[in-house]
Amino acid sequence: MGWLTPTMQDLLLQAFWETLVMVGASAAIAVACGLPLALLLQVTGPGGLRPMPWLQRPLGLLVNALRSTPFIILMVAIVPFTRLVAGTSIGTGAAIVPLALAATAFLARLFENALREVDAGVVEAARAMGASRWQIVTKVLVPEALPGLIAAVTVALVSLVGFSAMAGAIGGGGLGDLGIRFGYQRFMPEVMASVVLILIILVQGLQSLGDWLVRRLSHR
Amino acid sequence: MLLLPGHNAGAMRDVTDPPAIRLAGLRKRFVAGGAVALDDVSLELRTGEIFGIVGRSGAGKSTLIRTVNLLERPNAGSITVMGQDLLALDEGGLRAARRGIGMVFQHFNLHHRRTVAENIAFPLEVAGMPAAARRARVAELLPLVGLDAKRDAFPAQLSGGQKQRVGIARALASAPAVLLCDEATSALDPETTAEILALIRRLRDQLELTVLLITHEMGVVKAICDRVAVMEAGRIIEQGRVFEVFTRPAHPTTRRFVAEVIGHGVPPGTLARLPEPGLGQQRRLAQVLFLGPHSTRPVISEASRDFGIDINIVSGRVDEIAGEPFGVMALAVYGPAAAIDAAFGWMRVLGLLIEEDVAWAG
Repeated sequence: MGWLTPTMQDLLLQAFWETLVMVGASAAIAVACGLPLALLLQVTGPGGLRPMPWLQRPLGLLVNALRSTPFIILMVAIVPFTRLVAGTSIGTGAAIVPLALAATAFLARLFENALREVDAGVVEAARAMGASRWQIVTKVLVPEALPGLIAAVTVALVSLVGFSAMAGAIGGGGLGDLGIRFGYQRFMPEVMASVVLILIILVQGLQSLGDWLVRRLSHR
Repeated sequence: MLLLPGHNAGAMRDVTDPPAIRLAGLRKRFVAGGAVALDDVSLELRTGEIFGIVGRSGAGKSTLIRTVNLLERPNAGSITVMGQDLLALDEGGLRAARRGIGMVFQHFNLHHRRTVAENIAFPLEVAGMPAAARRARVAELLPLVGLDAKRDAFPAQLSGGQKQRVGIARALASAPAVLLCDEATSALDPETTAEILALIRRLRDQLELTVLLITHEMGVVKAICDRVAVMEAGRIIEQGRVFEVFTRPAHPTTRRFVAEVIGHGVPPGTLARLPEPGLGQQRRLAQVLFLGPHSTRPVISEASRDFGIDINIVSGRVDEIAGEPFGVMALAVYGPAAAIDAAFGWMRVLGLLIEEDVAWAG
């Protein structure tokens, strides 16, 4: 364990923290933007509460375009936008911008799928009972889809952990960046191994927490 | 208004009362140029009656019941519920009107993540009732459907019958005058079906509800309906009091439906074993419906004695439709043609309904 000097410990801890910040912040933004987007896609879609193809189709196209762009390319391509939002294009804070954007598109689709899983009969019953569209969204669609939405957030968090490793390319820091710089470039396989181990534990923890929440909330 | 308890409470209403539900000239096509779901459908439901619409799947009955609360908008026609023209309402007005029309669904359509009490409270919540009042109302509704013990259970923990009881309590939460039942018992086993139908009838009597139900099972109509309409290809082909429609079906489709429930069902093997008629004699098969004042008279033995014919009772049964008793018998009659004609004529005078050469195979 000679490689685990106090300096290296600090580096690992720092990197772990950066990963948590990148993943946590971008996930929070993605949930906040992705849910309204998914609701809009669902409600304005064919068979939705208010079909509006002129809005739904371009929106769906935009989401797909974002989803089909490889993250590493997206990150570089939106540098001007990142600079506008974060004031800089380098560092952990700047990395959150492309991460949040990619995750928003990703989550919007996953959320949309979860919303589509809601029993159409329950929605119809709510209409028959005189519920307004807003009430159907807030009292039926979202609560009924909640387990599916949580499962989607879990998937997104796990993917974000992976994406965040690429953020090192723009100086975003984090565990992935540490693994590349020390484990790969400086030939320290122990660092690489510990980075991978921490990531595995992190992903396992997120997945277990997500699964537990879904089970608790389902009542199926 | 006084409501007599019992089966025909609805029919007891003065026919001059304004109808609870009035549908006039409804037309619906889902795709322009496509199949017609509703083809000039008109119906009037009297206050307090249970009205059944029966038809095969695709006959348009589901579309019809869904137009009554405008879940489906017709292409033409008018819909009046409790004196209110629904098509004239704006969105807010329609939402308010829907609160006065309860609806029960085939697949219950309960919120999986809400408890029984929370499901029943949903329409009240939507209507903006304060939480305390909602709790009080739910506490009234639970015993009405016999679910006190299940108030905090989730739908997944309930049987089909219990789920439908929740559905009914929810439909009645905002004290509607009209209850729509969309195949409410089609997903239930026969025993549970009988329970739920009895509950609907009891609630109708207790709460003076007007009930419109659709079903593909004639047994449901026989069990609780006062009047019935038969639908085929988007049209109403026959309607009337259940007893009349069952005992004197006019349309072939109605006959087939009725046969499902009061069919004599003589096994073909039995028919084959019937003795052949003697020389100069006929053997004629007939279904006889006993109803009216002479239904207790010993008609068979009198006919046999007075007309010199032999009567072989192949099958027979006494039943009740809409609370009125009737008997149905399958007869094989032997004798000279003139004597049989005379006997049948005499029986018809007594008010029996005789149908010869009906499809006997059960």
